Amino acid sequence: MDLLKRFARDRAAFIGLSLLALLVLAALFAPLLAPFPNDVFDFHIGNRLQPPSGTALFGTDRMGSDIFSRLLFGARITLMLAGIAVGSALIIGVPIGLVAGYYQNWVSDALMRIAEIFLAVPQIVLAIAIAQTLGPSIENVILALSLTYWPFWARLVYAETRSMRNEVFVESAVALGASPWRVIVLHILPNIASPIIVRTSIGMGATILTAATLGFLGLGAPPPTPEWGRMIAESREFLPEAWWYALAPGVAIFLTVLGFNLFGDGLRDILDPRTRRSV
Amino acid sequence: MNSLLDIQALSLGFRTEKGIAKVLDRIDLSVRPGEIVGLVGESGCGKSTLARAILGTLPEGQTEINSGHIRLDGVDMLRGNKEAEHLRGRVVTFVPQDPFASFNPLFRIGTQIQDLMRFKAPRDGSGRFGRSRKADEASAIAMLDAVQLPQPKAILNKYPHQLSGGQRQRVMIAMALLPQPRMIIADEPTTALDVTVQAQILGLLRRLAVERGVSVLFTTHDLGAAWEICDRIVVMYAGQTAEIAPREQFFADPRHPYTRMLLESLPSPGRDPVGIPGGVPSPLKAPDGCRFHPRCPRATEICHESRPALMTGADGHAIACHHPWLAKAEAAHV
Amino acid sequence: MNWLSMVANRLLWFVPTLVGLLAIVFLLSRVIPVDPAVLAAGENASAEQVQQVRERFGFDKPLPVQFVNYLRDIAQGNLGTSLFTQQPIVDDLASRLPATLELTIFAVLIAGLIGIPLGVFCGLHRNSWIDHVLRVVTVSGLAVASFWLAMQLQFLFSMKLGWLPLSGRIEGFPPETVTGLMLVDALIEGDREMIGSALRHIVLPTLTLALPAAATVVRFTRNGVIGVINSPSVAYQTAMGFPRRLIVWKYVLRMALTATVTQLGLIFGILLAGAVVVETVFDWPGLGAYAVRSILQSDYNAVMGFTLCTGALFVFINLLVDMLQAAIDPRGAA
Repeated sequence: MDLLKRFARDRAAFIGLSLLALLVLAALFAPLLAPFPNDVFDFHIGNRLQPPSGTALFGTDRMGSDIFSRLLFGARITLMLAGIAVGSALIIGVPIGLVAGYYQNWVSDALMRIAEIFLAVPQIVLAIAIAQTLGPSIENVILALSLTYWPFWARLVYAETRSMRNEVFVESAVALGASPWRVIVLHILPNIASPIIVRTSIGMGATILTAATLGFLGLGAPPPTPEWGRMIAESREFLPEAWWYALAPGVAIFLTVLGFNLFGDGLRDILDPRTRRSV
Repeated sequence: MNSLLDIQALSLGFRTEKGIAKVLDRIDLSVRPGEIVGLVGESGCGKSTLARAILGTLPEGQTEINSGHIRLDGVDMLRGNKEAEHLRGRVVTFVPQDPFASFNPLFRIGTQIQDLMRFKAPRDGSGRFGRSRKADEASAIAMLDAVQLPQPKAILNKYPHQLSGGQRQRVMIAMALLPQPRMIIADEPTTALDVTVQAQILGLLRRLAVERGVSVLFTTHDLGAAWEICDRIVVMYAGQTAEIAPREQFFADPRHPYTRMLLESLPSPGRDPVGIPGGVPSPLKAPDGCRFHPRCPRATEICHESRPALMTGADGHAIACHHPWLAKAEAAHV
Repeated sequence: MNWLSMVANRLLWFVPTLVGLLAIVFLLSRVIPVDPAVLAAGENASAEQVQQVRERFGFDKPLPVQFVNYLRDIAQGNLGTSLFTQQPIVDDLASRLPATLELTIFAVLIAGLIGIPLGVFCGLHRNSWIDHVLRVVTVSGLAVASFWLAMQLQFLFSMKLGWLPLSGRIEGFPPETVTGLMLVDALIEGDREMIGSALRHIVLPTLTLALPAAATVVRFTRNGVIGVINSPSVAYQTAMGFPRRLIVWKYVLRMALTATVTQLGLIFGILLAGAVVVETVFDWPGLGAYAVRSILQSDYNAVMGFTLCTGALFVFINLLVDMLQAAIDPRGAA
């Protein structure tokens, strides 16, 4: 309860949480909130490229569809994409990091070398390559993202586990005869949970940006899926006249990532008092 | 006014999330030229805060000075900013508790000493160019020698992490003496050191201070250390001055109940350890009147109602208590 | 001694890491649903021609053999030929590297020149209104999609205001190639129009690239300063009356910079990832744009060449950063 109170008092974190709540609501209730829910697939060529008005809050796109409605459905895609990608990366990377950090043997070294290889190039490059190879679809984007993200977690958890390994309380647990499984799950994991949680929030933001970039380059879901990055790419040829076309999805991405960043910062302040922002 | 350092009725507090912590409550203290005064008290009694107040390192935004003054050689150290700055590092210097953390780890010892000398060492009258780098270096080496560090020149080239704890503290003492100050504030200078090294450092500090006529205000929670080197001892409890006495008198004739219990709590062969029941109060919720009264076996109503003033006797023995011990106690075993 | 072993260690792992990287990309290139021979031969090739291509490029051999052959070629400096440009990939990369370097170097310079002083200021004046404003700005800077920002800048400054060009590196005849960095070469040549054109073309891409890097630098420097400003070493120097500007600009800055330098590898990663997008939007003929185009056209040899180049660059930069760190922080490799 005390944690929640502190969190509420941190204005930035609160704003972050509000933005995220907005995102989740938009995603959940898209069919209800969208004035033209069928515009995800329907198009009205006669109505194309209309500026924002009473009917179309953010204007219409090149197919005449209402951008606002498509934006709301795009929120679903964004959340799902980032959620599954980051989740998978965690599910793969964290156990690998734990095991590698706990057992300091050649297997650990090998695993970490593999992770280093993946991390030798910027994530976006490898993700683009993988996505292109597999073909444009949402599933492939998720796959590309998780395949290029798990090494980050593995390395992070490895470093944390390695330093935890030498802590007195771990040594005493081992001395008392606890199995490695017990030590890892019951002793080490809870202690490294905070940095993982904080970085997860920030990682969601980063993943959304990478996914949007893939969409922008044409590697994401094929049209007419209302993916935000793709919408921005589509808008390019209609600048400068259709200024609203690029603005709305860009702002949507910005607010979403901002939300995750602020929320992550807020979590960091609560969970790790050593790095508190203000006194 | 023959005291070099004169603190009167100093009260200050810190603003915290949970309210104001009244860390110092009308402290009275003075240090005469050339004397070594020990400031003794448990953790949290406010002795470090007092040292920081003199040195100007209290956290600015959170500190509230309620009353009183600190005068060093006549200069107000609490408020007289520019003049106080002028005195710091020149007339009054500092030996910190943790010599390792007090050095900047990225620069050599020599660099840090050199910067000190550049700004703080006394000039030979010819203004800023009175001393050359070479002369500064020679003085530094001479001082490192005086604190009994072998190979002083090599030490100048080393980084802080390459020295041992004892060596670092010796360097700190050297740095405290280089500007030729009139007073050194040593804040628990031996707490972070090995026991075997502690006595050496204390002895060194006393010898050098006496040689050069430098006053020392020496804070500690260790009565044994106080016995080793102090001329006079001040006892603080929970932000209040309890007792001040010259060394022999202090150990032979303690009059404040807290002092007595402190001395009795020193380990003695053939006797079980004796502690003081209760705990030190938090400065957020300090008791009224004499702050020791909840734990004092001699406390009465008046102790809760009014704070006893610090009364100094003709023998230089000062006491702040409504019911001091007046009969001579057996000499405390130290 | 330590330093040397670190360099040796890195170089030792350099080759296996790159080989591993290449293996991954190689696998990817052979995993595609399309027959690489068909791809290489072109859409309208007959079955015979495809078979010829298959034999010529060795696509009919088993995968491990193909990979080994490829590695052998690399060792001889042959990265293959680009499907698209029909040029040796080595030449392609060599001609595009300077463009990317130019963007990256200028972006780093801007990020550092703006970010470090701002970070120091915020660290010193924590929770002031400027600090709050900058915190909002930096968090926002890290939340913006680079490609979108690039487009908006183009929209505002090129399309609407007409102040700056939409894309490309220069208009008119380029200067004599000396360094490969167009702006520098233009300055060397001294032609005002050329310089102006190069400058106008580089502004938007550099700013777009520099924004997330600058935001990161501000944050890390700020945290570095905050971490140090309350440390015992600063308290010691304050107590000893060191001038404030000396404490901040010599001692605190060095420690804050150490924190930032450790993140240089990260910052470089941000820049390289950003370059991919920025070069694509601004039609900047660098490695990033080359990579994107190669990937989108399934020009796999080119992709592998790019991967090799970037991987090598990364390892090299990380090595430089570690060496820089060791030079700044004498405490030695952790």
